[in-house]
Amino acid sequence: MKKTLGAVAAAAAIAMSLTACGGGSPSTTSGEAKGDINYWLWDANQLPAYKQCAADFTKANPDIKVKITQRGWGDYWTTLTNGFVAGNAPDVFTNHLSKYPEYASKKQLLSLDEAVEKDGVKLDVYNEGLADLWVGQDGKRYGLPKDWDTVAMFYNKKLVKDAGYTEEQLTNLDWNPQDGGTYEKAIAHLTVDKNGKRGDEPGFDKNNVAVYGLGLENSGNGQGQTQWSFLTGTTGWTHTDKNPWGTKFNYDDPKFQETIKWWAGLAEKGYMPKLETTVGASVSDAFGAGKAAINTNGSWMIGQYTSYKGIETDIAPTPKGPDGKRASMFNGLADSIWAGTKNPAAAAKWVEYLASSDCQDVVASKAVVFPAIKSSSEKAAAAFKAKGIDVSAFTTHVKDGTTFLFPITENAAKVDGLMAPAMDAVLSGKKDASTLGEANEKVNSLFK
Amino acid sequence: MMTTLTNNPPTRSDPRRPARSGGLRRGAARLGDLRIALLFIVPALIGFIAFCLVPTIRGVYLSFTEYSVLGEPEWIGVKNYTAIFADELFWNAMAVTVQYVGINIGLQTLIALGLALLMHRVAKSTLIRGALLLPFLVANVIVALLWFWMLDYQLGIVNEVISWLGLPRIAFFGSEQWAIPTIAFVNVWRHMGYTALLIFAGLQAIPNHVYEVASLDGASPARTFWSITMPLLRPVLALVLVVTVIGSFQVFDTVAVTTGGGPVNASRVIQMYIYQKAFGESDFGYASALSVILFVILALVAFIQMKFLKGNESDLD
Repeated sequence: MKKTLGAVAAAAAIAMSLTACGGGSPSTTSGEAKGDINYWLWDANQLPAYKQCAADFTKANPDIKVKITQRGWGDYWTTLTNGFVAGNAPDVFTNHLSKYPEYASKKQLLSLDEAVEKDGVKLDVYNEGLADLWVGQDGKRYGLPKDWDTVAMFYNKKLVKDAGYTEEQLTNLDWNPQDGGTYEKAIAHLTVDKNGKRGDEPGFDKNNVAVYGLGLENSGNGQGQTQWSFLTGTTGWTHTDKNPWGTKFNYDDPKFQETIKWWAGLAEKGYMPKLETTVGASVSDAFGAGKAAINTNGSWMIGQYTSYKGIETDIAPTPKGPDGKRASMFNGLADSIWAGTKNPAAAAKWVEYLASSDCQDVVASKAVVFPAIKSSSEKAAAAFKAKGIDVSAFTTHVKDGTTFLFPITENAAKVDGLMAPAMDAVLSGKKDASTLGEANEKVNSLFK
Repeated sequence: MMTTLTNNPPTRSDPRRPARSGGLRRGAARLGDLRIALLFIVPALIGFIAFCLVPTIRGVYLSFTEYSVLGEPEWIGVKNYTAIFADELFWNAMAVTVQYVGINIGLQTLIALGLALLMHRVAKSTLIRGALLLPFLVANVIVALLWFWMLDYQLGIVNEVISWLGLPRIAFFGSEQWAIPTIAFVNVWRHMGYTALLIFAGLQAIPNHVYEVASLDGASPARTFWSITMPLLRPVLALVLVVTVIGSFQVFDTVAVTTGGGPVNASRVIQMYIYQKAFGESDFGYASALSVILFVILALVAFIQMKFLKGNESDLD
């Protein structure tokens, strides 16, 4: 929610602060570790867990007090940027892979290498690859892993049962970009029109659908994290020439365009809502209202999907693709230290604590996300199980090594700015998938 | 000033006082007023300088630079401007904005005029007059979110009613054809009462005797409206139009909390585009240049309207 007034005030603040940060960067190892630390995060569901962590931390380090502020995702990044400029950004904050490259290159983040070395932080306790995501192009470490997420299918148990599908069938779907495989067959069969005809029956009215087989959130912009990346990932396609720090995107690849074409075709056939109908209520709320049988979404949404009254939700892994395997984007969050902190030593201590099993076990016990540390992840899975939720659909990707990393590049915001309208146009049927090649050229020219 | 002049009329008729001293005293009085006046103006002046003048000048400066907020602005001359004129999205944003302003102002002014006439002639109760203003008392973002939910395709009450009537559901915010008209409608709903109030004030300023003369001459209500009400209302209407058109060009919050500029680029109004460039993509130089262009356009629009509608003269004299 951005308000005009906020934007104006922010613009004024930026306009009037004549100096950005300057001077040498402070060290995480010098000075005394004491004082107040401001910490920001965006997920309200995780706030209680981190409040607990902060209390435990202060108990162990009475000289350091941690003040936690939670802001919604929409406000989080603009407020943070304004804070960098105005000089009142938080000492430590939850960071995202699509944002940190820019902050690092603009010298807003403190390198953690010295602290990691001095305090002997073990980096092999985290799930594979998570720690490396946070090493910048300059070879310095800008964050310590806190949690990870993968993608799976949430489904409405009753609708699936009514359609005659078993849990086992849903767990073993396959997909290909030509005819969609058993994945499309299931989606078609789960779609029901106003007259009770299923999507694969003759006389199905695609313009009057009561329940869609597959829900639609949006076009997924340039990443498609929960929308299509679990499909493109099984075709051998990758977002960029290399990851991290790719400088060439592959949206002109036929493998990608084929997949998107097939996916957009679902809306055309009436198995998935049209893009124009998704502006408004969130995809999960439509699921909660019984308007869709399957939703593909990330593990951070488990709490949301299992909280709808009167809807029994279960989770199945994403389908196997042409390469015979499943695929899921693997995204990891981390905590970073702002370069302008007055308390680098205390901030480093807090980041290390957040990245330790002491704190991540607390997070695990609340069963909201999967912590980065392997042993804590397992504890989280157990905590979910205790709540009656089987999360193996998410963890199977990590177990089987079928994850691929979130694309980390520079210019991420600009890439999204170009890809969002291009993908919208294709998904809404206004343009052919081949036009994504033109968008790709524009995207790649950002890196020249 | 006014009080000085009336309390101290020029005393040229008084033979004992030379005319000059009166002039001098008046000069001194004026200077005294200036000090007091300055005292009153200073708070507003500080606000104006700090929040309008300095940011404007800095904005103009930034429009000639490449500036990502985190770092120093780098002078690049008119590069931003040449890039903007070649930018399809800019022209699209202008077209979308003009479309929005057209629908918004057209509808709003017509409805407000009708409401004002009703308030003037028919609805004399304060309660009803007050109720018309109610939407304006709700914050913009709340109004936008409220309609966003009510007009939702799958769960919104409006579409439930539409489908209950047997008509096809409408993706008010989601379809490219409907997005801008819907956003314009939401803002008309919020602002019509307020605009009507302004016009209503203008109607009340029209002296009653003009109408009496008209009715004595046997003028029809339509004739009275076009020959008396409209011409005499013109200065107020001109002002209302200038203010609402400028406000309309700057539409942002409704778009930001509903469509965010989509679908595709269908509702990416100019302010939204500026915001996305500056705060989304950290391209403050480019965004500043866009803002300067918008500033120039708005200044021109205001100037033309005032000139064309002769908003600073009244026909009553």
